[in-house]
Amino acid sequence: MIEVLHSGLYTSIQDQGRFGFQEFGVPSSGAMDQYSADLANLLLGNDTNDAVLEMTIQGPKLKFHSDTQIAITGAEMSPSLNDKPIAVHQRIAINTGDVLSFGALKQGCRTYLAVKGGFQSSVMLNSRSMYSGITETKMLKRGDTIPIESLTSETSTNKASIKANINHLSDSELSVFKGPEFDSLDETTIKVLTTTEFSVSNSSNRMAYLFNEVLPNDLPQIITAPSLPGTVQLTPSGQLIVLAKDCQTTGGYPRILQLSQEAMHCLFQKKAQQKVQLKIVDNPV
Amino acid sequence: MKYDLVFKSYNEHSILIEWPSRIEEDILEDIQIFKQKIQNSANEQILYVNSAYNSLLVAYRNYISELNTKRAELQALYNSVSNTARFEQRLWKIPVCYDDTFALDSEDICNERGISKSDLIALHTNSKYTLYFIGFLPGFMYLGGLDKQLHIPRRQSPRARISKGAVGIGDMQTGIYPNVSPGGWNIIGNSPLEFFDVSRTVPCFAKAGDKLQFVAVDLEEHSRIVEQVTKGIYQIESEVIHD
Repeated sequence: MIEVLHSGLYTSIQDQGRFGFQEFGVPSSGAMDQYSADLANLLLGNDTNDAVLEMTIQGPKLKFHSDTQIAITGAEMSPSLNDKPIAVHQRIAINTGDVLSFGALKQGCRTYLAVKGGFQSSVMLNSRSMYSGITETKMLKRGDTIPIESLTSETSTNKASIKANINHLSDSELSVFKGPEFDSLDETTIKVLTTTEFSVSNSSNRMAYLFNEVLPNDLPQIITAPSLPGTVQLTPSGQLIVLAKDCQTTGGYPRILQLSQEAMHCLFQKKAQQKVQLKIVDNPV
Repeated sequence: MKYDLVFKSYNEHSILIEWPSRIEEDILEDIQIFKQKIQNSANEQILYVNSAYNSLLVAYRNYISELNTKRAELQALYNSVSNTARFEQRLWKIPVCYDDTFALDSEDICNERGISKSDLIALHTNSKYTLYFIGFLPGFMYLGGLDKQLHIPRRQSPRARISKGAVGIGDMQTGIYPNVSPGGWNIIGNSPLEFFDVSRTVPCFAKAGDKLQFVAVDLEEHSRIVEQVTKGIYQIESEVIHD
């Protein structure tokens, strides 16, 4: 079991997401940077859908009440075990009573923590991903306890580590596909889209990322239609909304672009005011 | 084959299928039958489907390597005659309390439209609304069929907190907030029912294609139903609609 001593800014349990309930209006949720979450599970030999902790900007302080192994990936958040700095992208043995804490955020926005066997919180509608109204709470708070598996003696103790590619933390070019309403855009707007440096707005969160820059827009709204994480909507006021993992299942704004999976990993590691550019690529075959 | 469908690649593992850009019951029926065919086909590669007014999203588990193959498969399924996929509609009777306790905006609506409170209730309860799809929030139903006299624009500034069960009007739509939420619709009443039950494998009782009719109840009845719903003994009145 793990006890939350400090919650951090926004710490939640996430797996690959909640699927099959979209037709009841349930968002998919899941890790914002699935690449890093998968990597953390991979380091421990977990299933790819095992639940991990997603920690945002300021990490939590956690106390372990059982022996286990952990792996930390994603944003560089200066992790320490019992106040001693520890490595990331590596399997680390944990003893009962150990305290894991995080310090300065050096790069990226979201850090992932996996434990051996995954976090064993309640499964709601086939997923452990936290979302308000589906799971009991949308984020962890001080005093919460999360069940984890106890380590068995057969568990390998070798310090698996990998040289992980973490370019997505520093990259600023997002590969985007043409969205369902792309063809309604005029040449000028397309030019603006591909030549502007967009900066991430302060109001970005797990539901959506917004950009500060505004586009000229005279596209009409559409008849409400399905949307996906990574869908880029253009609002009547010319704001671009990039839907994130907790986004609504349907929307009425034109869906002009769609982020590739890689672009989502990259963008959702950006903090407010960081800049990105959009590069339109061919839609998947 | 009733409509010329447009297939669009949406992302690496999803295909969007579009019908003509209109809000129509015929299109709704066609989408629901196709959606059922896809769900009945028990294709392990398909992760989920999601529909709205005139489109259907098909999400696959893995990246799609051959869009044309998938498109042909889906088109063949659309063209196929199915014995199992049927469009069975239910009509659900939804109790709503229009008392001033809940009806925050009814007075404004009545003044603006020059109608009485009982006119408003009659206009809202007379229609049988069509459930086009569920979206926006878990359990939020997009309902068509609101009387023109009740088409009221959304409020200029949304409220930060709308109560669970609040019944509202936003432009040409009426709907129920399944949970506490911010919202910009005009609130005219409250329903004591649960519109999203996370403990059930099918968390919503109604589905796209069904019909809803509101039934006015007083404050006393409203709290009695709340109590029964909490105990899990309330039976929502419904019937199958025959063509």
